[in-house]
Amino acid sequence: MNFSPVLLITDVLLWLLVFAVVGYVWYVRRHEHLLVPWLKVRQNPVAMICATVLVAYAAIGLADSLHFRTASGAPGRSQTGVEVRSVLDVLLGAALGPMAGKSEKTYSAPLAIYSFAKETVEKPGGGQAREFPRLTVGGAHLKNPGDRDGDIAWRGALGLAKGLVLFAVLNGALALWVGRKGGGPALAARAMWRGTTPAPWRPILVTLLLICLMACPAVALGSHYHLFGTDKVGQDVLTISLKSIRTGLVIGTLTTMVMLPFAVLLGLAAGYFRGWVDDVIVYLYTSLSSIPSVLLIAAAVLIVQVSIDNHQDLFPTTLQRADMRLLALCVILGATGWTGLCRLLRGEALKLRELDYIQAAQAFGVARLRILTRHMLPNVMHLVTINAVMDFSGMVLAEAVLSYVGVGVDPTTNSFGGMINAARFEMSRDPLVWWLLAAAFFFMLGLVLAANLFADAVQEAFDPRRVVRRARPRIFQRGPVGGMTEAAEDPRAPGGRPA
Amino acid sequence: MTDVLEVRNLHTRIDSASGVVHPLDGIDLTLKAGETFAIVGESGSGKSMTALSIMRLLPEPGWIERGEVNLDGHNILTLPEYRMRDVRGARIGMIFQEPATSLNPVLTCGEQIVEVLERHKIEEGPAARRRATEWLKRVGIPDPERRMDEYPFQLSGGMKQRVMIAVALAAEPQVLIADEPTTALDVTIQAQILDLLKSLQKERGMAMLLITHDLAVVAQMAHRVALMYAGEIVKIGPRDAFFAQPLHPYALKLFASLPGAGKRGEPLASIKGFVPPLHGQFTGCRFADRCDYAYDRCRKQAPAWHGPDPQHQARCHLLDPREEWRLAELLRREDDKVPEAADFAAPADAGDLLEVRDLKVHFPIRKGLLKKVVGQVKAVDGVSLSIRQGRTLALVGESGCGKTTAGKALLQLVPVTGGTVRFGGNEVLGLKGAELKRMRSRMQLVFQDPFGSLNPRMRVGEIIAEGMASFGIGANAQARNDRVAELLGQVGLAVESRYKYPHEFSGGQRQRIAIARALAANPQLIVCDEPTSALDVSVQAQILNLLKDLQKTLGVSFLFITHNIGVVEYLAHDVAVMYLGRIVESGTAEEVLNRPRHPYTQALLAAVPRLNTESKLPPLTSEVKEHLAADIPSPANPPAGCHFHTRCPLAVEACKAAYPAEVAVSATHKVRCIMVQPE
Repeated sequence: MNFSPVLLITDVLLWLLVFAVVGYVWYVRRHEHLLVPWLKVRQNPVAMICATVLVAYAAIGLADSLHFRTASGAPGRSQTGVEVRSVLDVLLGAALGPMAGKSEKTYSAPLAIYSFAKETVEKPGGGQAREFPRLTVGGAHLKNPGDRDGDIAWRGALGLAKGLVLFAVLNGALALWVGRKGGGPALAARAMWRGTTPAPWRPILVTLLLICLMACPAVALGSHYHLFGTDKVGQDVLTISLKSIRTGLVIGTLTTMVMLPFAVLLGLAAGYFRGWVDDVIVYLYTSLSSIPSVLLIAAAVLIVQVSIDNHQDLFPTTLQRADMRLLALCVILGATGWTGLCRLLRGEALKLRELDYIQAAQAFGVARLRILTRHMLPNVMHLVTINAVMDFSGMVLAEAVLSYVGVGVDPTTNSFGGMINAARFEMSRDPLVWWLLAAAFFFMLGLVLAANLFADAVQEAFDPRRVVRRARPRIFQRGPVGGMTEAAEDPRAPGGRPA
Repeated sequence: MTDVLEVRNLHTRIDSASGVVHPLDGIDLTLKAGETFAIVGESGSGKSMTALSIMRLLPEPGWIERGEVNLDGHNILTLPEYRMRDVRGARIGMIFQEPATSLNPVLTCGEQIVEVLERHKIEEGPAARRRATEWLKRVGIPDPERRMDEYPFQLSGGMKQRVMIAVALAAEPQVLIADEPTTALDVTIQAQILDLLKSLQKERGMAMLLITHDLAVVAQMAHRVALMYAGEIVKIGPRDAFFAQPLHPYALKLFASLPGAGKRGEPLASIKGFVPPLHGQFTGCRFADRCDYAYDRCRKQAPAWHGPDPQHQARCHLLDPREEWRLAELLRREDDKVPEAADFAAPADAGDLLEVRDLKVHFPIRKGLLKKVVGQVKAVDGVSLSIRQGRTLALVGESGCGKTTAGKALLQLVPVTGGTVRFGGNEVLGLKGAELKRMRSRMQLVFQDPFGSLNPRMRVGEIIAEGMASFGIGANAQARNDRVAELLGQVGLAVESRYKYPHEFSGGQRQRIAIARALAANPQLIVCDEPTSALDVSVQAQILNLLKDLQKTLGVSFLFITHNIGVVEYLAHDVAVMYLGRIVESGTAEEVLNRPRHPYTQALLAAVPRLNTESKLPPLTSEVKEHLAADIPSPANPPAGCHFHTRCPLAVEACKAAYPAEVAVSATHKVRCIMVQPE
């Protein structure tokens, strides 16, 4: 069995982005004026809860972005024997066993042991009957179907206990890390739970606990049942959902990265240079934003799809082809989505260029490019940051909409939009196939809600007009009114009342 | 006279990121009917907070901890909010600083007054409209019927403030709080608004609480004055006594730091240090750390009220009868001090450094789809002036006259339409690329707003070094670094400041950084665009002293663009007066300020409120004021002939015919007015 890494383009870009974020964090830590708003974000408990959730999502997405190739069997076998898998696949395989991947024939309800549809089966004693057959792997370990409820309860409780243990381990590790600069882990753990540390560790720990208490039972149950059921072709919905996270993350981040250069460069140039440059850019984005965006994207996606299909030879595997289509979707979404931020930055640049320090730089003969990069760009970065974070969730949702319309990612790529689209056909069935939509909804809600709340916190921290407000509903006053107890030796007011 | 408003022991607190701030710590004051009571103080002293606390309009994180505000003997601090709304407007009116933003732009002037009348159930329907029209007439708005239906943007700044006064007084409140009512206005407009407030007060017998930073306005308006410092009143007294005897060391310094003709040549007094942070309790006198006369008791015990009579008092231990010997000692020492020799001889005439002829800056007005040029805003329309080596030329004029544009045009920061600018004998207009850069290194600019002129994302060292790097001054980064340190020393800042960001500095310190940045290029001329108008007087004094020192040591020339006549009198060697894009009078400071010939210069100088009657000029007569009250014409459409004839008290028919030619009153003194005859 040989093993070689496979570099998908989106993998590379995603990891570059991770390194860029790490670099940004390193840079911010050295620049006080950049650090101050982020420290405010750190003090916001909601932001830290959201950050914890986002980190969990990112970990899943990144694990799914390390691909490698294993060729089972003898070398020299045909290409079909080559399988590209990701680290997440391996992890899921280890955790869920036979549940991960395609294992049943068709739909089955969450935690079911029987199929959702009746089938004609041969009776052992001869003859045929239509009945709900047992699933191939879901609950296959049960000898007696009546044991199902007890088995689920037992495995769930065991999972919860494992979750507690895992959390205790994580908590200990974090305490070691926080307490490494003196104080020791015991003291640090106490401070974290009491909320006396600068960062709000208690809400983070509670979030971690909840994640552990969800993940461990999910693994415990998911390794013997289909926790979220199976889809039309019998794939485990839990596995699909987890694999969809990567698609959401790729779309959310890469699209923003494609969009930012357009928006920042064109916006600043339009605002700073004015004149014909401004006219051209403004005409460009007003025309662009007057075309219905879904139509524009649909047209572009179809064109790209055709050209990918015509160049099959460039993509050795279906995975690579699907990946190229995903990247193309990001580029298309980015290339059509920059107008809003561009307009905002143009307005800001128009305001900035009239500021005295820009004029002072001009009076010093500072080159235009330097004025743009050194004087203008740092002063609009807060807007860019806020926008990037806010756009992220919008793009995840946009992918869902586009896949629903049928111009989204490749059908072989797992995505929330694909799941919803698949669920659409079954919504009219009776009994309802609800679990596909529910799973997509649950995972997407977690990601988008966390991203939105985090964006709110970032915006609040970067907004200079916000004043510190304490939760003290003090309309007016308490205690004695008009008490004359000042420290001055003689409290009489001069010239106050004529004698 | 009866007490209308009494404030007793008022304590206000504000939550901030750095803890609870105490902007007001025990304010006591009383207002009598028909009296103007002024609160003066520098920014951050708590004077606006006092007004907002009385109105109970504190910003959200603020609250009143304790105290009483008695209006006609009833404490309005205990009223519920819905009853407080009956007090605001109806019993206490308020005017704000900025007329442009205190009126609602989408309501007509009439609607805003009617709203007040109807809210307080004084009049309704057509009767309210009649009453509102009456009010517009009373505040001196011509053609009130038409103005009733106009929107605020159709009015000039002075007119807007008049409408704001009408809104504030419509419900006939007993008390009017005027928070810096004229700070945003030009002096000629300021004089009118102050007169209007005075006459309305006399007519209605109301009490007025005037809040301002301008001592001269106080001297003109107030009956009694309170001086605030760091959240408390440090000195209080009737107007004449207040200005005659400083009593408190802070007041002494403040009066001495005002620039004026009488102080030419001497350095202005400046106050060391900063206003202390207002967190928590003070054990001693709040001014002790900055006071030249402080002794150990000042740091241990908060001073009580002392003073020559019960009406005129100050919080200072030196006024304690037990400390008389100490005061006498101090006064004796003061007398022994030899005053620094007046050194204001203009440097030997080294010839013209800058020679501007007929400079024009026209901004095209474009309209329609194809952006066709339909007119020109003649911001600068034929300005000629010359600046000599090592001297200061003050360019004076009201806002909108084009003085800032003229300054920027010299450095070609705005496109120049025409004219010549010769710098050191060489034509500099139309230079491009490297030559323009070389020219700019010899001319630099200091801006008005010290908060907007420094890039908040750059360190001070980078800001100063940027210009040097761009001009190629200094052999390498190390040489430039040394130069930055030297410059910081020159403007009186610590060398460590270079590693800090601009937001860590106060307004005055930022202006020092801006000056250091301008000096970095070794310029021969610095254009100072209102460099002190955003600063407090004590800080202004430091900056003016610094500029003067720099001129003495470096021989640099200044073009000083300002509307502050006091600064001009103190600093300028030559003065040019600008009106609607043109220079109407120019000459040496002595000539223009003491013997102004142009009616506009005369009006401008007479409208300046003054602390004492040092001016030799007669005050403005009401007839002249009426003429001046006319709106300033738009530079897009200047009146034919002499631009000033629409507001000139001496205007005759001939003034409308042609723009007057230059009349040379003396070799240096030139006036553009047909009424002036050469001597």
